[in-house]
Amino acid sequence: MGMLKTLRTPRMGLIVVALILAAAPLAFSNPYQYDVAIHVLLNAMVAVGLNLLMGYAGQISLGHAGFFGLGAYVTAVLSANYGWPVYLSMPAALVVVAILAFLVARPILRLSGHYLAMATLGLGILISIVLRTEAGITGGPDGMMAPPLSVGDTPIYDERYWYALIAVLLLITVWLALNLIDSPVGRALRAVHGSEVAAEVVGVHTLGYKVLIFVVSAVLAALAGVLTAHYSGFVTPDLANFIYSIEFVTMVVLGGMASTYGALIGAVILTLLPQFLTGVDELEMMVLGLILMVVVIFMPTGLVPTLGRLMPGGRR
Amino acid sequence: MFAEFMQYLFSGLTAGSTYALVALGFTIIYNASHIINFAQGEFLMIGGLGSVMLMQYGLPMPVAVVGAIVVAVVAGILVEKLAIERAGTNDIVPLIIITIGASLFLRGGAQFFWGKSIHALPAFSGNTPINIAGATILPQSLWVLGVGAVVVCLLAWFFKRTLTGKAMLAVSHNPDAARLVGINPRFILMLSFALAAALGAIAGAVAAPITLTAYDVGVMLGLKGFVAAVLGGLGSPLGAVAGGLLLGIMEAFTAGYVSSEYKDAVPFVIVLLVLFLMPSGLFGSRATERV
Repeated sequence: MGMLKTLRTPRMGLIVVALILAAAPLAFSNPYQYDVAIHVLLNAMVAVGLNLLMGYAGQISLGHAGFFGLGAYVTAVLSANYGWPVYLSMPAALVVVAILAFLVARPILRLSGHYLAMATLGLGILISIVLRTEAGITGGPDGMMAPPLSVGDTPIYDERYWYALIAVLLLITVWLALNLIDSPVGRALRAVHGSEVAAEVVGVHTLGYKVLIFVVSAVLAALAGVLTAHYSGFVTPDLANFIYSIEFVTMVVLGGMASTYGALIGAVILTLLPQFLTGVDELEMMVLGLILMVVVIFMPTGLVPTLGRLMPGGRR
Repeated sequence: MFAEFMQYLFSGLTAGSTYALVALGFTIIYNASHIINFAQGEFLMIGGLGSVMLMQYGLPMPVAVVGAIVVAVVAGILVEKLAIERAGTNDIVPLIIITIGASLFLRGGAQFFWGKSIHALPAFSGNTPINIAGATILPQSLWVLGVGAVVVCLLAWFFKRTLTGKAMLAVSHNPDAARLVGINPRFILMLSFALAAALGAIAGAVAAPITLTAYDVGVMLGLKGFVAAVLGGLGSPLGAVAGGLLLGIMEAFTAGYVSSEYKDAVPFVIVLLVLFLMPSGLFGSRATERV
């Protein structure tokens, strides 16, 4: 409970996360465990971004896997087909996703409720259909290879380096998210979440803030996708699959909306879930569905805020 | 040329009447509760795959189809009773998430108990194609169109002529006033899930000989039904039918004249355009927000 209180100040929380990220490898003994950890961190990156959108701006997105997959493909296509160095193709992919997200954000975020869910879902599915169909560029349903990230002429394959790189990037992501929440933008967003009309009446430019957060969360999803592409060495259209969009939403909801640490914990639990279900893989989808229903019904605010409230003196 | 056109029209109408039934399911639940039921596609899957499975247990086809519809209705009632009602919230996001959870649960259950393979339900009355105006049409397509038409007429009768139907309409117009005159909204909500599940399962069973069926067919069919409902304007039964037929026809013509690979993209392109240009759908009333 001491820890939960500590987490309430952004800087201390960040240090705790950094310590956990740095200490975790002490428990790893083989490349497979690093691999699982890397996937946890990548999902956490998406979840932290999506939580900004869902938890703070109050806008649902059922299409973030689209941005994840698009980011992965843009960097893979630029580096594999056009010979761009990876250190250029990666930021280029982020820029492409940012532009796309910015262009669609206005019309999409004018919608609300079911229509917003439908539009984000449609966008995500369209991206995955295009990736699957444009076989000349993307390799079609089989996917394509993505060249490795290299320093000088030495390609990086070692999971330990990848873990370090992604851990640092995640830490920066968390730092950015916490700062954004504590900034005037964050306050404006909370006002938007509370009552959009009231926020507008007191002069908050609601659509502008929502667009900003939409683009930020899309770029974070793309960043995770870009890293996934070069880490795993290949991309398939499955990266943009609708079911992953749902998994990202589940991470945010499970951990607790409007809680950055909740998003981290949601990502950890959901990514590790298949590990606990080995041997009964077929049950994974049922368990995922059950988690979604049970959490929303019995812990509507999610794990972290619920636990926080149970602690003495807890508020958030 | 003309024969080709007719061919696409028929296949579009066949797919479209399936979408229309799914869209009607969305509409009925939406009107009773303002919930979008993302598990609607899974009712189709239960209707189709359930029929195949019950036939494998040795039941004759008509019994198997009815059995599958009953299974879907029970699933629908359970989703409403155990999840929606327990949640006790009117917020849209949690309700969307619950029904997505229910859809994963049902799909996962079908995968676990019935396996991952793709099955074909035998056609109801043979596979000898019929020639109409130079186009060939499968007897099963006529089944789909006929059953669709009958179901729509039955629903219209139910809502216009029966007390229960009128009660459902009353709840959709004003839940509080409906409660004041003695209508039990919980019962109406349960009924709407049962009815939507039955509609979905019927559509899934009659379409299964054409579309084939597997544990995951509900994803695309459900989404397309949702698109059809949005296209027609959420909450409008007439819009749902029109949206479904329109969607099926546009999909068939795109597949025929433009690109068969992008057939599945059509609904999503259309719905994005409609939402961007006409945010209330083709037949929907303009939404106003109360503060």
